[in-house]
Amino acid sequence: MRRLFILIVMALATPAVALASSEKVSLETQHWSWQGLFGSYDQAQLKRGFKVYKEICASCHALGLVAYRNLADIGFAEEEIKAIAAEKEIQDGPNDMGEMFSRSARPSDPFVSPYSNDPAARVANNGALPPDLSLIAKARAGGPDYLYSLLVGYAEPPTDITLVPGMSYNRVFPGHQIAMPQPLFEDMVSHDDGTSSSLPQLAKDVTAFLNWTAEPELNARHSLGLKTLAFLILLTALFYALKRQMWSDVH
Amino acid sequence: MAVSSNRIVRWVDDRLPIFTLMHHSTSAYPTPNNLNYWWNFGSLAGFVLVVMILSGIFLAMNYTPHTAHAFESVERIMRDVNYGWLLRYLHMNGGSMFFALVYIHLFRGMYYGSYKSPREVLWWIGVIIFICMMATAFMGYVLPWGQMSFWGATVITNLFSAVPLVGTEIVTWLWGGFSVDNPTLNRFFSLHYLLPFIIFGLVVVHLWALHTVKSNNPLGIDIKGPQDTIPFHPYYTIKDLYGIGLFLMFYLFFVFFAPNFFGEPDNYIPANPMVTPPHIVPEWYFLPFYAILRAVPDKLSGVVLMFAAILVLFVLPWLDTSKVRSARFRPIYKQLFWIFFLDCLILGWIGAKPPEGAYLVIGRIATVYYFAHFLILLPLTGWFEKPRPLPDSIGAPVITTVKR
Repeated sequence: MRRLFILIVMALATPAVALASSEKVSLETQHWSWQGLFGSYDQAQLKRGFKVYKEICASCHALGLVAYRNLADIGFAEEEIKAIAAEKEIQDGPNDMGEMFSRSARPSDPFVSPYSNDPAARVANNGALPPDLSLIAKARAGGPDYLYSLLVGYAEPPTDITLVPGMSYNRVFPGHQIAMPQPLFEDMVSHDDGTSSSLPQLAKDVTAFLNWTAEPELNARHSLGLKTLAFLILLTALFYALKRQMWSDVH
Repeated sequence: MAVSSNRIVRWVDDRLPIFTLMHHSTSAYPTPNNLNYWWNFGSLAGFVLVVMILSGIFLAMNYTPHTAHAFESVERIMRDVNYGWLLRYLHMNGGSMFFALVYIHLFRGMYYGSYKSPREVLWWIGVIIFICMMATAFMGYVLPWGQMSFWGATVITNLFSAVPLVGTEIVTWLWGGFSVDNPTLNRFFSLHYLLPFIIFGLVVVHLWALHTVKSNNPLGIDIKGPQDTIPFHPYYTIKDLYGIGLFLMFYLFFVFFAPNFFGEPDNYIPANPMVTPPHIVPEWYFLPFYAILRAVPDKLSGVVLMFAAILVLFVLPWLDTSKVRSARFRPIYKQLFWIFFLDCLILGWIGAKPPEGAYLVIGRIATVYYFAHFLILLPLTGWFEKPRPLPDSIGAPVITTVKR
């Protein structure tokens, strides 16, 4: 078992090593609503992205650092959040009788993981471990652009590449062989507000949602940042004027 | 001299002259009147030290130094602690800012010859502060327990295994076990909390030495009398405040709008001893030394050279044989300074690249030049260079322009 584990680790590590000495792939850079000094999240987009995550990604990927209550930040009402949480069962306990019991999740619980532990996740996924997505937008070079490019980057492999059985070809994944089969296809998720369900649109929305799970503080950070910089410009101008005046008798 | 007209202040001061001390060291301190803006960086570094200690104290209240909880406790700070993201990003980017300021401070000292007699001890204390900063920053980077934390700690602590005979024992002792693990994280946290206060103490000694020998100045000549100086307050307090305002805009821009600019994405992946990142890089401020370490194929020699690159600064006051301090009056040294500065930038760039092919060759040439600058070029330049004539006093050039 242990030997198998080491083999798996090596198999996963090899493509990464291969990339270190090979070419740089170009990402499909997108315009994101939260970029720039005045950027902020588009709540409608985050909600659409959450729907994509919930209906597709969540079947394999955990979101352990985000709690259901955090969905209030992207515009869900308390009752909606309770309903979303209650769809999942989690184990709690021990109760007064000393027994573990099962209950439906509450808003205060973190997103319930699709697998009870890592080995269970590997067994279900051909030996590969689907990473927790809470921080994925900050944990990959290129951030959201990388996530987007990966989601739309599936293609038929070039003739000179032989895929390891069970792997898929991806244009931007390090080493180009990825254990995750193409997750998103056109029309997989439908939206009530009339937004298109094209592959690029689904990929963009879920990437925005994952950027929010990685940087939920971004709106507050940008808004406080602007106020702070405006204040500092005034303060520094004042200091400069004072400095000029105080030094006028020295030179 | 009465320090205050307030009777209570005078009563205390007669018994413990703390107000007199403060007056002498922060207010009346006679400072050369010709300091340029490069002299702002010392007080800026002191300011950032205070920011780091304060943000660090509040971070420590919410951080858990355990391998099973460290990563998540940092994320809890980011998500659930009120303004935790601000504290954490201030601290994270503050580290980079501290090094940037101290590097400028150090190069300023080199350009204007601030290490020369009678400021050797002042310089030494500065170098000791720099070494303590490096140790503190290294251990602080381990605390979030991400992939780069873990593997950086593994690579750097493993350097000590190069010590002959007892190398492995030293590394086991540093780790508190047979790999980087919970005991390592615990002691790094303890020392990371301790060292900044030692740095603070060293800064006080640094200022004590400074106020004994007085500030150097862009002309590099001694203060001849009161006409050359102005009191620190209000002249330099307001100038330093202006500098702090400018610096804060730069620092907080990163904190609010590009908080992970100096970081590595890999450190947002929890530490995993079973998976080595393809490319282990230290923080940018260690890159020149990392390049020197990797320039030598032999492990022990690499480690020795890397430490020598820092320790050579201790003997700099004697390697530079010229009596003239400021590069303004040293035509050859001025050019050597800029070449050396460029050499350090090249080493930093090489430190971020994989040690192979042309990078390795450039890294080796830059390493040789780094040591040649200190050990060969500086002593020779001091002997052969003809310095330009020095002005008689700090006030002299000003007075002559006024007369014309």
